[in-house]
Amino acid sequence: MHPDVVVVGAGIIGAACAQALVARGLDVVVVDRCGPASGTSSAGEGNVLVSDKEPGPELELAVASRELWPSLAEDCEWEEKGGLVVATTADAAEPLRAFAAKQRAAGIDACELTAAEALAHEPHLNPEITAAVHYLQDAQLNPVKATRALLRGIKVINAGVSTTDGRSVTTSTGVISCGAVVNATGPWARHFGVNVLPRRGVVLVTTPIPGRIRHKVYDADYVGAVASGDADLQTSGVVESTQAGTVLIGSSRQRGGFDDTIESKVLKALARKAIALFPMLTDVPVMRAYGGFRPYAPDHLPIIGEDPRTPGLWHATGHEGAGVGLAPATGRLLAELLTGAAPHVDPHPFRVDRPEVMV
Amino acid sequence: MRIVVVGAGPAGMAAARTAADAGAEVTMVDAEPDAGGQFLRGRAKFSHAGVTHLRNTEVWLVEGQSLHLRAPEPRLAAGAAPRLLPFDALVIATGAYDRPLPFPGWDGPGVITAGAAQALAKQGVTLAERVIVAGTGPFLLPVATALQDLGATLVGVYEASSPTRWLRERKAILANRHKIAELVGYRKVLTHLETRTAVIAKHGSRVTVAKLDRRWNPVSHRTEHADLVCIGYGFLPRTDLVPSAKRTNDFLDVDERQQTSVENVYAAGEVTGIGGADLAEAEGVIAGAAAAQQEPPREALEAVREGRLFAQALARAHAVQPGWKTWLNAGTTVCRCEKVTLEDLAEATSMRELKLTSRVAMGRCQGRICARNASELTGIPFDGQRRVIAVPIPLGELADLPEEQS
Repeated sequence: MHPDVVVVGAGIIGAACAQALVARGLDVVVVDRCGPASGTSSAGEGNVLVSDKEPGPELELAVASRELWPSLAEDCEWEEKGGLVVATTADAAEPLRAFAAKQRAAGIDACELTAAEALAHEPHLNPEITAAVHYLQDAQLNPVKATRALLRGIKVINAGVSTTDGRSVTTSTGVISCGAVVNATGPWARHFGVNVLPRRGVVLVTTPIPGRIRHKVYDADYVGAVASGDADLQTSGVVESTQAGTVLIGSSRQRGGFDDTIESKVLKALARKAIALFPMLTDVPVMRAYGGFRPYAPDHLPIIGEDPRTPGLWHATGHEGAGVGLAPATGRLLAELLTGAAPHVDPHPFRVDRPEVMV
Repeated sequence: MRIVVVGAGPAGMAAARTAADAGAEVTMVDAEPDAGGQFLRGRAKFSHAGVTHLRNTEVWLVEGQSLHLRAPEPRLAAGAAPRLLPFDALVIATGAYDRPLPFPGWDGPGVITAGAAQALAKQGVTLAERVIVAGTGPFLLPVATALQDLGATLVGVYEASSPTRWLRERKAILANRHKIAELVGYRKVLTHLETRTAVIAKHGSRVTVAKLDRRWNPVSHRTEHADLVCIGYGFLPRTDLVPSAKRTNDFLDVDERQQTSVENVYAAGEVTGIGGADLAEAEGVIAGAAAAQQEPPREALEAVREGRLFAQALARAHAVQPGWKTWLNAGTTVCRCEKVTLEDLAEATSMRELKLTSRVAMGRCQGRICARNASELTGIPFDGQRRVIAVPIPLGELADLPEEQS
């Protein structure tokens, strides 16, 4: 076996890279210690969002991805449900409107709604909201099914990878020599030389209440929590339902290594913020909580490109909580760079050679 | 020394008593209104000056050295029951629940678990006139007896395994002769007992009863008529409160002092393995003594040693055999909560992937009923179940949680 490329990591990013490389005619093998979508990819909500990104390179990548997803997400519960971002305090109203105006200028479908219009979209929403913006492009999919769809026809080897020199990988079942290696190990990417840290998140899942919540609905303070670099617990109200009728409630952000203990203070904060958005959730039972680790890059940008220190070693990681939304364009950009084709988005902001990334 | 015992069955009561006798401050928490657990439901008279018995109270999370408690029915809860209960040592005695095996029609009306039938019978409720009890293990006999005592017509008691398997377990039988004596109490139902037999379909009151080979593949079948079928193919332990404790085949691993792999957390009774009430009680005595930092009594250690011989023999003689997988057809429900059928179980490499692609084990029961069966049907290794919230809890209650004490 001598594939052109070995992709390490069978999460949504590794799968998207593998798919894009295969689409360009390369022979690709994916290696993962636990199997497809067994880490961060299956620990989120499957969101494909443009609403939470300010104009800049990440939004550009998100928009490119959003255009690619519908043709890739066959049989993946793809749903163009739209996002509804609301301000819950008087002070938060103006910054939300200003943020949306900047996004509109960058070509995003961001419609300001009155409270009455927002309630017409989401009848159970707290009527006390002070501003609302409807994002028509926000969508959702089942990330495990999407990962599998991207990996269709591609060989996945179940093995851990200890080292790589860019021309071969040493796995728990042997050495594979190859033309290039892609590090798509998400929050574990630090093992291969880039400064990515795990950022903990917890999601609550309620018993099914089909049809009650229609959009992805979140508090405008979410954008600030994402952009923060604080290691302490930060929570923001993020509520949406799945096709099974359950309601997913996030979001929390905490840095503290790979500690997967679920803390009651996090459950409490998430519950309070969800009820603030939808008071009717008070009596709805939570039947499960799950957690995962986002791959956090200290300068908040994905890392996509070749490692200048190790020719042949490429990185595709650091997408924090947006990996599902950014996957198709990440895969495509990586494949373009690796094959010498013209990139469809500017790769410079995502380069590996950034002061906070090289470790 | 504050010791909390979760569960008030034979193991929990013994642990609470022993720890209190050793001078510890003991709280016994249980979801039921009365002590006794599944086995002695309502028939146990528990009273000990040194034990605070919190009734109608669920434990939904163990966090550090504290338990989070809730009252599933607030009107039944004792006035000032704490919501956060600190402990120095914890004894998990939460027992086990029946494992059903699916067959066409098991998700329809008139099929319940043997444990549910027994619980209803102990409340004096009869559900039906014509009753079948099917499954494997000696537990079927008291269930059938209880139903018959309430006036039900016993159509049959079907044991899927063969009793001749017990002939290989001479050592276990000799050490546990009293277990054989117990059978005499069930003589009225023994005449209805058919071995190597199972219910493999039910449509309305028509029940397909099959004779099985050694591996539980059906070799012939007939039709019986019954209103109610009670099934129990062994037990699955309730281990949700200690998700990080080491387990073997899903039962909690314990050392000779009943300590789990988690420091200061002990386990006793069916959570460590299925062996009956007397073994559970002996384990409770050891766990209670060890939690209170006392030397466990020799008699209890000896009773556990002998009881475990029986438990191991029981596990061998009544092990679920793979032929049950042939009882299903493509459209047979595997997961009742999410209505997942056999053909919906997609190809996957892990239980997590299987759940997220098929939704099996994702519903209200959180896989307590179906996850093990789905694992065996697909050949995906059973990874145990890590549920951080042990019981469904309204969002409003989470929002109102007490702040953690340090």
